[in-house]
Amino acid sequence: MEPIKIIEGRTAVLPYTNIDTDQIIPARFLRTTVRAGLGQQLFSDWRYDAAGQPKAEFPLNQPAAAGCQVLVAGRNFGCGSSREHAPWALLDYGFRAVISTEIADIFRSNSLKNGLLPIVVDEANAQWLLDHPGAPVQIDLERNLVTMPEGRTTSFQIERFARYCLLNGVDQLGHLLQQSPAIARYEAAHGLRPA
Amino acid sequence: MKTLFQKIWERHEVVPETVDTPAVLYIDLHLVHEVTSPQAFTMLREQNLKVRRPELTLATMDHSTPTRTEQVFGGAPITIDSAARQIAELERNCTATGVELLNLRSDLRGIVHIVGPELGLTQPGKTAVCGDSHTSTHGAFGALAFGIGTTEVAHVLATQCLLQRKPKTFAINVGNSLPAGVSAKDLILAIIGRIGVNGGTGHVLEYRGAAIRALDMDQRMTVCNMSIEAGARAGLIAPDEVTYTFLRGRARAPQGAAWERAVADWRTLPGDAGAGFDCEVTLDGAAIEPMITYGTHPGMVMPISGAIPTLRDDPVFDKALKYMGLHAGAPIREQPINVVFIGSCTNGRLSDLRSAAMLLRGRKVAPGVQLLVVPGSQQVKKAAEAEGLDRIFIDAGGEWRESGCSMCIGMNGDNVGAGQYSVSTSNRNFEGRQGQGSRTLLASPATAAASAVRGKVTDPRELLNG
Ligand code: SF4
Repeated sequence: MEPIKIIEGRTAVLPYTNIDTDQIIPARFLRTTVRAGLGQQLFSDWRYDAAGQPKAEFPLNQPAAAGCQVLVAGRNFGCGSSREHAPWALLDYGFRAVISTEIADIFRSNSLKNGLLPIVVDEANAQWLLDHPGAPVQIDLERNLVTMPEGRTTSFQIERFARYCLLNGVDQLGHLLQQSPAIARYEAAHGLRPA
Repeated sequence: MKTLFQKIWERHEVVPETVDTPAVLYIDLHLVHEVTSPQAFTMLREQNLKVRRPELTLATMDHSTPTRTEQVFGGAPITIDSAARQIAELERNCTATGVELLNLRSDLRGIVHIVGPELGLTQPGKTAVCGDSHTSTHGAFGALAFGIGTTEVAHVLATQCLLQRKPKTFAINVGNSLPAGVSAKDLILAIIGRIGVNGGTGHVLEYRGAAIRALDMDQRMTVCNMSIEAGARAGLIAPDEVTYTFLRGRARAPQGAAWERAVADWRTLPGDAGAGFDCEVTLDGAAIEPMITYGTHPGMVMPISGAIPTLRDDPVFDKALKYMGLHAGAPIREQPINVVFIGSCTNGRLSDLRSAAMLLRGRKVAPGVQLLVVPGSQQVKKAAEAEGLDRIFIDAGGEWRESGCSMCIGMNGDNVGAGQYSVSTSNRNFEGRQGQGSRTLLASPATAAASAVRGKVTDPRELLNG
């Protein structure tokens, strides 16, 4: 994975609370055996009408949203299913970070493993972002800082180990594999034959 | 003084967490299904890694599998190519890695969260994971069980461990006992209504109190199943005699002297008196009514006798009601429906089918309503047929299928049509969950069956009493 230090881009805004992973990527698109190519189906049922044409009123279909790298959404983004296809679809579409006041546990964990930054900010800054679609923002992972226009800044927290892995382009599985002596000791102590 | 959660967690710490690194947590049971595993097996192949503990891993197929008998047992092809490919890929991956697979024609196959307990693999004190958010179901046995993403599936396949930060604990106390005609599904819907769809985020829920103790294992699984619908990755119920009686003699449960040792150990698991929780709520079980959802997430839930709430200046609420075609302030009873689905990992077990059959016996499904009954596993199917439940559903005008997730998620072609109303015993009423444009009303098997008979949302107590 490429190290991530700073993400700079404009925001696209979905001003809804509790956006679940069934909306992010509907279940019928999970009948795939690969990770690639899910961006086309991102928010499919909100993006396209029954005839498969883009719905003009949907925020991501508006010209200003083209090329946006930061998704701003209401509270409890990514709730529901554990499908990792959700961060895969967001990344494939071109998003590199999601900002909300609350991000669901499994979605957050999945995002961190794929280099999609789940950024939780306070109510006031989230509201400002929701009110200003297209705002240019900078997310600085080294300084844990989101910088917005008008001199607005806010800090965020990302679990320390995941942050270390993102900053250094380290795969978490590598760290786990390094624990194999401890894992083998645990297994021996619990009566499991050597792996 | 420790809670049940703390005891299980500490037993599985291969390496405790530090400020800089999460704990390395050992996983005793890894359940795998066809939809969230293919990319994980690919990750292993890409890195030349093998499955560390095939014997602690069990695969089944459920999400995209057909439910029509001729498509399962031959005579007709699986009509969705992508589903057939996923099924074939799981077979290849399991053969190549030595993971046991309950394949499409296995009489032990079923929904992953029904199969684990049924075989006796889900046991108190274990850690269990699956690439599926309803893994919380297994917490009903006092196992720490939670859903993971596909990358984590690869982590567990390769190392039998996960990197985890210790979650907080949340006690849900339910006193008294549930009234007649009120089920575990109504209870968990009421709990979600109380704490909200994000109320449990970052926490492990532990359900406690007299109303929980009085539930049988099927009902406890229904409760723990929907913990994720309150945002909690895991829900727990401390093991007791009900748990041990359920597990005794099951094929993969400990046998003989090992059984006695296991039970003696399990008895030490329940939380110590006075052990504290980070958060706590208390509900009165006796005050709970049959519940039904009216919106597009499980927290939009109401007593079936009530009126749809009115929220001012809430565009998201208005959007949900518009999607549902329902109106603030209106009653939900008498709402005409098109489909009734009885099944899923929430309510696809034998006692759920019995509770629906009790109301359907000698009655007919209302004209124009489709009733689909899908047992949670092939073993549930067999047991239901042995007591004639299939005949009751078929005589009432319903369809009786092979096991699987089916209309809970609509990946296999069992869909609710756009704009149609479905009373469903599953766990998610998200937009499009049961098919594009579908409108889902989540409820208990009894409410679903009663609504099928009347063709409109019906309080099951009306049919039970009359
Ligand atoms: S029945 Fe529904 S909720 Fe349960 S595992 Fe299958 S798709 Fe998921």
